[in-house]
Amino acid sequence: MADKKIRVLIAKPGLDGHDRGAKVIARALRDAGMEVIYTGLRQSPEMIAEAALQEDVNVIGLSILSGAHLVLVPRVIELVRANGQHDVKVFVGGIIPEDDIPALTAAGVSAIYGPGTSTTKVVEEILAAFPAV
Amino acid sequence: MMDLDTVTTGNRLALSRLLTEVENDTQTGRDALDRLFVRAGRAHLVGITGAPGTGKSSLVSCLAKHIRSELGMSVAVVAVDPSSPFTGGAILGDRVRMRDLAGDTGVFIRSMASRGALGGLARATAGVVQVLDAAGFDFVLIETVGAGQSEVDIARLAHTTIVIEAPGLGDDIQAIKAGILEIADILVINKADLPGAENTERALRANLDLGYTPRMLHNSTHMATANDSAQEGAQGWVPPVLKTIATQSVGMADVLSSIKAHRDYLQQTGLWKVRDQERLKAEVTHLLQTTLMQRWQRSVSQEKYEAILDQVYDREISPGAAIDILMNE
Repeated sequence: MADKKIRVLIAKPGLDGHDRGAKVIARALRDAGMEVIYTGLRQSPEMIAEAALQEDVNVIGLSILSGAHLVLVPRVIELVRANGQHDVKVFVGGIIPEDDIPALTAAGVSAIYGPGTSTTKVVEEILAAFPAV
Repeated sequence: MMDLDTVTTGNRLALSRLLTEVENDTQTGRDALDRLFVRAGRAHLVGITGAPGTGKSSLVSCLAKHIRSELGMSVAVVAVDPSSPFTGGAILGDRVRMRDLAGDTGVFIRSMASRGALGGLARATAGVVQVLDAAGFDFVLIETVGAGQSEVDIARLAHTTIVIEAPGLGDDIQAIKAGILEIADILVINKADLPGAENTERALRANLDLGYTPRMLHNSTHMATANDSAQEGAQGWVPPVLKTIATQSVGMADVLSSIKAHRDYLQQTGLWKVRDQERLKAEVTHLLQTTLMQRWQRSVSQEKYEAILDQVYDREISPGAAIDILMNE
């Protein structure tokens, strides 16, 4: 009997050391019935793409507070696509200046969640994106 | 039909996607398992179990790294964490301790949620392990959920079971209880730099001195079992008690040499094959149970089932009487 779950990778690329937001999101997604792979702090884009490949995730959530998002996020997406995972959705949470949003969207980010975003919104948008899973 | 050659020739995306099919118990996954069965049976399956926080993930990471550097053999890791009994969701956090393995193409790590199974593994773990075995990994390290006392399914799946203890978790009465300590082929006291490590070691050794229960599982009724287990006891594989500090890579050489010694022992005594048979038998039994359950579910209407449950809720009939009615449908 098929038993499918949405699998989500929550990762913190780069060098910032604050992962409370990432853990809150991980917990909220868990409570929504998803399987959340949490990889911990200070991940390189290569490590994140490798984990996403081995875990066959549907969604990658990147938490960034360091300001390096314009470098790290497109690199993660590039590597994930190069691995052949074309359907994986990537969302970003953290401190992202409004001016940078178009560049991230152009790089393939499907959603950006700033401070104060309710976890319900994140959950609902992921569930809406993967109705069949 | 899925091209399984891609999986066995190192296409990681194909492998990863197949693992998902197997984990979700889809028809594609079942067909693949049927066809991969003949290619599996080569890897050394090593189980790692122990209470939450004893250092299972750290030890797996360190051990995998040691296997890579000392033996140059490939390693797959299957790490199981618990699913919520309420929402079905899970946080799979074992990779946090395994970051040192990143970037090595000879290593493949897969996290699994237990999805309601209670024996320390997920129902699909055996299938996932079989795929990784068929994909050509030399070692498959299987990390259970944080185990208490009776999560012993791993002993049925693995050739070699490592039970990890940490100092300060219990007195010597814990060491003589039945359950998880009995399934150990290798006992590891991790965090051996913490106070109390000597006491833990003494309690475990004292318990082993009282005699080692040959590790044939109680409900295993294979004909050869009695003789084989007598042999296992007689020829004396006594689980070594090793001290490690996984986060500092201390003690890994001993763990690896004990794993190799256990493998040699199993092969020389013929027990390797017996354990494979035990595992396959458990797998057939498990599939039989699932299939019978599914067939039964199709034969009884949901309304009928709920009507009988209502009678149980109202204490009109006992659960046992309900089964009698349902089975005679």
